[in-house]
Amino acid sequence: MLARSVLRSARSVGATARNVASKTASRSASTTSSAAEGASWKTNALPIGATAFAAGTVAWYAYVAGRDVDAMTPAEEGLHPTQYPWEHAKWNKTFDSQAHGSLRRGFQVYREVCASCHSLSRIPYRSLVGKIMTVDEAKALAEENEYDTEPNDEGEIEKRPGKLSDYLPGPYKNDEAARAANNGALPPDLSLMVKARHGGCDYIFSLLTGYPEEPPAGAVVPEGLNFNPYFPGTGIAMARVLYDDLVEYEDETPATTSQMAKDVTEFLNWAAEPEADDRKKMGWKVLAVTSVLTALSIWVKRYKWASVKSRKLVYNPPIKSPILSKLPKPTNKS
Amino acid sequence: MSSFTSFLYNSIFRRNTTMLATVFAGAFAMQLAFDTGSDRVWDSINRGRQWKDIKYKYIQKAEDDGDDDE
Ligand code: HEC
Repeated sequence: MLARSVLRSARSVGATARNVASKTASRSASTTSSAAEGASWKTNALPIGATAFAAGTVAWYAYVAGRDVDAMTPAEEGLHPTQYPWEHAKWNKTFDSQAHGSLRRGFQVYREVCASCHSLSRIPYRSLVGKIMTVDEAKALAEENEYDTEPNDEGEIEKRPGKLSDYLPGPYKNDEAARAANNGALPPDLSLMVKARHGGCDYIFSLLTGYPEEPPAGAVVPEGLNFNPYFPGTGIAMARVLYDDLVEYEDETPATTSQMAKDVTEFLNWAAEPEADDRKKMGWKVLAVTSVLTALSIWVKRYKWASVKSRKLVYNPPIKSPILSKLPKPTNKS
Repeated sequence: MSSFTSFLYNSIFRRNTTMLATVFAGAFAMQLAFDTGSDRVWDSINRGRQWKDIKYKYIQKAEDDGDDDE
C-alpha cells in the first residue's frame, strides 16, 4: 500500500516535470525559429569552433601522452617464443617418463650436452629413482662422482663415492671458474630455468632451436656473442649446442635437433617442478570433493529455506469505522 | 523405510560412542575408497606415461646386465 502510493506520487511528479519540460521546449523552439530567419554562419561559428578545438586538444593529448612507451626496443625485448602444445602441460597429463616422450631422453641430453657447462644443483640422484631410472642405475651414476666426507678424527676431509642422497655435481668449482671458461658469461643453473623465464618451455625450446645459420643483415652481434632472436638483446654467450644426431638415444628415437630440444625442455620442466604430477592429481581430487560439498550445501540451503520462502503472511487490519463494518469483509482464508 | 530408519537410529545414532566410531570408520573407508578410485582413473588417463608403466623394460635389462657380468 505504502509503496504503491509512493509510486503513484512519484509518477505524478514525473508528469509535472514532463509538462514543464515540454513547455520550455516549445518556448525555446519558438524563439529559435524566429531568430533562425536572420541567422547566418555567425550562429554556428562558435559551436563548430569549440568542437574543433576540443577534438584537436584530444588528438594532441593522445599524440603526446597516449602512445605506448616501451622501456626496451623490440630487439632488447627478444622475439616472443612460439606457443607449442606441450602434452605434459595439460591439466590431466603427467610428465612422460619415457614411452613416447621424454624424461629419460631429456636427462640423457642434459648429461651428454648441457652438463658440461650448466649445473643442475637442486636435483639429487634419489629424485631420479622411480621417475627416470631404476635404483641400481641411479646408484651407479652417483658412484661415478666423488664427494667430500665429513671431517674424520684428525679433521681431514676425504673423498668418497657419491650416494643417492647427493646432489648432481656442477661442471665448475665456482662461478668464477665458470665465467673464466665461458668468455666471461656465467652459464646459469638450469634447475629452475623453466620457471625463471617468461614463456617457460616455449622459450627454452625456441632458444635452443632458434639459432639462424647466420645473423640477419644489419644485426649487430658483439664479439664473442651469438645471434639468437629469442634471447632478450639477441646476443647470447651460449653458441648453438644442439645439432642433429649429437646424442644416440637408447630407444633409437631419431636424435634430431628439435627432438633433443623438446626432450631436454620437458626434462628441465620436470626438474623445476618435480611435484607437478602430484599437484595436478591432488587438484582434481580437491575439485571432486569440493563439488560434492558445494552440491550438498546448496541442497541444505534450499531445504532450510523452503518453509521460509513458501509461507504466506496475511494482515487483516482492525476494523475501526462502524460504516466500514457494513461493507463485505475480506475472507480470512488464504 | 521406517524399519530401516529405526534400525539406523538404534544401531548408530542412539549412543554417541557408536556414532563417533561410525564417523571415524566411515572417514577411513571413504578416504581409502576415494584415493584408490581416483588414482586408478588418473593412471588410466596417463597410461604409458608414468615410470611404473615402463619400468619393466629397465628392470629386466638391469638383471640381464648382471647376468652378463657374471
Ligand atoms: C659451451 C657451454 C654451454 C653448453 C654446452 C650449454 N650452454 Fe646454455 N648457456 C651457456 C652460457 C655461457 C650461457 C649464458 C648466456 C648469456 O648469459 O649470454 C647459457 C645460457 C643458457 C640459458 C639461459 C638463457 C637465458 O634466458 O638467460 C639456458 C636456458 C640454457 N643455457 C640452456 C641450455 C641447455 C638446455 C643446454 C643443453 C642442451 C645448454 N644450455 C648447453 C653455455 C652453455
